[in-house]
Amino acid sequence: MDLGCGRIPYLKYFIFDSPKSFLTATIMSFITAQDMELTDGSRIAVIGGGPAGSFFSYYVLEYARRFDLELELDIFEAKDFTKVGSSGCNHCGGIISESLVQELATDGLVIPSDIIQRGIKTYTMHTEQGTRKIHAPTDERRIASVFRGCGPRGCLDNSLKGFDNYLLGLCQENGARLILEKVTLLERTEEGVMVGCSKSPLRKYDLVVGAVGLNPKALELFKGICPSYSLPEVTRAYISEFLMKPRDIEKKLGSSMHVFLLDLPQITFGALIPKYNYVTLVLLGKDIDKDIVQNFISSKAVRSCFPEDFPVKKALPCQCYPYINIKQGNHPYADRVVLIGDSASSKLYKNGIGAAFITAKAAASTVIFEGISESHFEKYYKPKCSDLDKDNRIGKLIFWVTRIIQKSTILKRGLLGMVGKEQALEHSALRMSSALWDTFTGSAGYRNILRRFLHPGLLFELAKSTLVSNISVINRHSHEKQEDRQTL
Amino acid sequence: MKSKKIGKLYKDGEIIVKQGDKGKCLYVIQEGRVDVIHETPEGDKKVAELGESEFFGEMGLFEDDVRSCTVRAAGEVRILTIDKRNFFKSINRDSSLAYRLLEKMSNRLREANEKINNP
Repeated sequence: MDLGCGRIPYLKYFIFDSPKSFLTATIMSFITAQDMELTDGSRIAVIGGGPAGSFFSYYVLEYARRFDLELELDIFEAKDFTKVGSSGCNHCGGIISESLVQELATDGLVIPSDIIQRGIKTYTMHTEQGTRKIHAPTDERRIASVFRGCGPRGCLDNSLKGFDNYLLGLCQENGARLILEKVTLLERTEEGVMVGCSKSPLRKYDLVVGAVGLNPKALELFKGICPSYSLPEVTRAYISEFLMKPRDIEKKLGSSMHVFLLDLPQITFGALIPKYNYVTLVLLGKDIDKDIVQNFISSKAVRSCFPEDFPVKKALPCQCYPYINIKQGNHPYADRVVLIGDSASSKLYKNGIGAAFITAKAAASTVIFEGISESHFEKYYKPKCSDLDKDNRIGKLIFWVTRIIQKSTILKRGLLGMVGKEQALEHSALRMSSALWDTFTGSAGYRNILRRFLHPGLLFELAKSTLVSNISVINRHSHEKQEDRQTL
Repeated sequence: MKSKKIGKLYKDGEIIVKQGDKGKCLYVIQEGRVDVIHETPEGDKKVAELGESEFFGEMGLFEDDVRSCTVRAAGEVRILTIDKRNFFKSINRDSSLAYRLLEKMSNRLREANEKINNP
């Protein structure tokens, strides 16, 4: 029984103002604490079977095994990830970052080759002034491009396997039960939370985990049992998949992710991600719409990544305008309830799957090793979300500076010059290249990236490169003008 | 289909880690098998064979010492490198990442003890 005073340790003493009452309160507090821990036979409902839900389920069952704790865990997922198109997809660019690939491998989770659409080994930066290739710090493919579902709409290749389904399979192997139904009701009772679906009967759970992404209806359901929770702020991104011949992808894009720093309104970041026989276009920014997309794909830099005869504008790809998290939700927990992944906190513009991994694992270790009360989540889970939030604030600053660079021809020339010089020299410090690599790949935190961008050596070299590149362009132009005059 | 894989490809017999070399990475096998060989003046002795998802080179993470064995590709093998710096940053953020490493190191210690007791 919860007296509702769990977060203020000695409040119970003041309410019960006699030694006898204090003793009663202490015993009740002990009972409450016992009650707010998972024990053998406890039941967990995970609502949402995307990466956040699956990572949570996998690790909670893994930790429980190490802890000799027997749990029952049900994953509720309305989508069937074995289907092609929107009905089996969680709408995402599908990049597994370098850091996540390494962390999963350390944990013994080797992503199978049939899930990986392509191993990425370089990033190509495009601007109106030119392109530069940035090589991985090691001669190794450590970034994976994947499909979240079973391939884009119209895909006829039935051998395709998606990342979300692979993770769900791991959870099922670990003992989770998958219920392919939409949750329609969440209701708090004295000793648990009732979960209701359209077809299955109501069932009581000791803990309910929300991994519903940014689905507004599902988040509202959680608000009912998690009253202090405020929803994350969102904006719309754009994702589309172009079907292309693998030979053309190899020739035009290779195993390189192409990022675009173009002076186009409302676009903070644009990228083309090569897969085996598809190319994924991702646009991030503020409320991306059809016109912005057309503007982007018509640009010379983007067109250069497709074969000349490829009808980019008329390709009618599988496309979507998914919500992305731009400001984390507040207080994503209550007694017996915790929200994870995008529903709680994410990484600004990058590595959403990596952020889902961080929040899911933090929630899993909290519920197994600490407890499932609001105060447990406040003490052990909240710091991880706050850390992501603090990092995102720095990220906003980095993307603000990126926008300034995007708009400035002079700075872009300097940036291209510096990256080109670093990549050409064998034993170069690679200050700019490695900072850009981590910005594009999402492999490092924004605080770490900012620190490196502010390195005096980097700033000096950038200033020098900006000066040299622009003087050489001015000289070239005046030389050309002189030649023109002489010809006339 | 080479493009659909991650890690670095080593050919059959290629040396991934050389005994006596300094090392600062952990290696995780993505695909294939490797032989762990202890080189002695009396000749090479195969001490273990490792397969998919298993790791080697963990001593290089914790000790500032040279590699204790040579690891050679047994057939075509794909390996993912985990940098020491990345590894410790991740552990600092999420200590549970060390569980599997400890579990595996404990298994290896037990196996070594058994070999000593039952040569």
